[in-house]
Amino acid sequence: MTATRRLVFVSGTLALCAWVLVPIYLIALGAFGGRAGAFKWPKEIVPSNASLDALMLFVKIEGVWNAAVNSVIAAGLTMLFSIALGAPAGYALARFSFRGANAFRLLVLLTRAFPLAILALPLTVTFIRIGLYDTPLGVALVHTALALPFAALVTASLFTGIPRELEEAAWVFGCTRLQAFRRIVLPLALPGIAAAAIFAFVISWNEVFAASVLTVRERTLTAYLLTVLAESPLHYRFAGGFILIVPSVLFIFAVRKYLFAMWGVSSK
Amino acid sequence: MAGIVIDRIAKSFGSVTALQEVSLEIADGEFVALLGPSGCGKTTLLRIMAGLESRSSGRVLIGGRDVSDLKPWERGLAMVFQNYAVFPHMTVYENVAFGLAMQKKPADVIDRQVKKAAALLHIEPYLERYPAKLSGGQRQRVAVARALAVEPAVLLMDEPLSNLDALLRLEMRAELKSVLREAGTTTVYVTHDQTEAMGLADRIAVMYGGKIVQIAPPTQVYARPATTFVGGFVGSPPMNFLPVDSQDGRVTLGGQSIPVPGSGARILGFRGEDVTLAAPADGLALTVRVVEPMGSHTLLTGRIGDAVVRIVAPSSTAVRAGDVVGLRLDPARVVFMDPASGLALDAAA
Repeated sequence: MTATRRLVFVSGTLALCAWVLVPIYLIALGAFGGRAGAFKWPKEIVPSNASLDALMLFVKIEGVWNAAVNSVIAAGLTMLFSIALGAPAGYALARFSFRGANAFRLLVLLTRAFPLAILALPLTVTFIRIGLYDTPLGVALVHTALALPFAALVTASLFTGIPRELEEAAWVFGCTRLQAFRRIVLPLALPGIAAAAIFAFVISWNEVFAASVLTVRERTLTAYLLTVLAESPLHYRFAGGFILIVPSVLFIFAVRKYLFAMWGVSSK
Repeated sequence: MAGIVIDRIAKSFGSVTALQEVSLEIADGEFVALLGPSGCGKTTLLRIMAGLESRSSGRVLIGGRDVSDLKPWERGLAMVFQNYAVFPHMTVYENVAFGLAMQKKPADVIDRQVKKAAALLHIEPYLERYPAKLSGGQRQRVAVARALAVEPAVLLMDEPLSNLDALLRLEMRAELKSVLREAGTTTVYVTHDQTEAMGLADRIAVMYGGKIVQIAPPTQVYARPATTFVGGFVGSPPMNFLPVDSQDGRVTLGGQSIPVPGSGARILGFRGEDVTLAAPADGLALTVRVVEPMGSHTLLTGRIGDAVVRIVAPSSTAVRAGDVVGLRLDPARVVFMDPASGLALDAAA
């Protein structure tokens, strides 16, 4: 790489990192700096009087734990459903050539283009009618619809990456289709499937619109914070934001390798 | 132990015909190579035997049992794949033991067979390693050991050596031959490399355009090709072909009179090493264009009329590019083909 190209590459990388990290850092400053820190200007690089007070107080807000539990349930169910439905779809896309496979691939993605806002009212009405309204399960079903395209496409690329001949070898040596899948394909795909599952978890964890519309008392954490924090002091809002960001950032960081694979970028 | 009968197997992919009613009988313990250029249907035929590909019509019998409609896991075969298909998440030991474990053999039997196969292919030092830590040649051995460990009645091999470098290929070829002879396994070996087929097989089935054009022992395929295609495909350099005109059952070439079956236009085929060099006046005149000293012999390339001819001359030859030499053919070793069909004409006929 020439010096100029290197410079462009490094500064581009730094700019992209800053794009993501600076807001997170500012939120963290607000969360740990207390009331004074949230309003202070200019900001300090390292907060002088860092404390966990705001975070501790925040955790004690009534209903936060219940909302967190709802969030975990909804995200857990989303993870389960999207893998249970998405992985077989991904396997089919990867292994069988069928009419309309490409159209299916596109359609799966197009579900994401359908605005949720239009669906919100009919969904609410339907959910009330069948008793899913205001339950984590109801939220999970909508989140599954959001996460499913990714689950199907990520697992499809995973299964495509496992040579067909490995399965054929297993068949020749006495494995039925199911045994070959369990003994050969699944162990090889498992890390990637786990990554897709965690990605589904994060999608659900971060989603706020559907969760707000479809729940009243049994809110998920994002939906709950949105209502509670609107009336809170600024440093509490920062504390809430920080708590929401941290798990998703950690999760995404842990599974980044497999998400790259989805977009055809190889990483070592 | 089992022989194989391929009974009029045909296969088409949509409108493309990959195999047209191929029949083949392979005796118990025999080593047959399916040889042909890419796209001739040899791999498709092998995969149909394994049950990995569906057939359009025909039957496959293994050991007298019709396996045509059985799934691959019900056929009791072993196979070595072109890219080895060694399971990356299992150790070498687990890989070799895989087939036996699937047959639910007791642990001590598995252990004994794995050790035996590993010893045969010299992979004992790597048994506890994962395939990622092995070289291509070692993975190849693991794939063969995995196939031999189940002591299969029939072993199918799909270009198993094509991913190895030349030296390793030579080494593995000799080793495969001795290992398989010892095991007495009926083997079907797919390759596009005619030296592999010549070196390994008891019989070679030369395939072209979805058909078997000749099935015979290697020496016969080499010396008596059934068609011009076989003569041109098998052997390096390929067989030379000259258009000749037969009159009264004889053709005169460079002062030599050679008997020909029938009369009319014929194609005369001869191998580059089946000629003796002579003075230009004493034989068929060849204008040498290129001289390639190969060490063990010298390859002369030139033209007789419009036909390109390659001659294998002794390495001591003093011929230089631009020289004209005379060729004397060995009448017992020439073959004649029909120019329209390309089929060999039997000298006795």
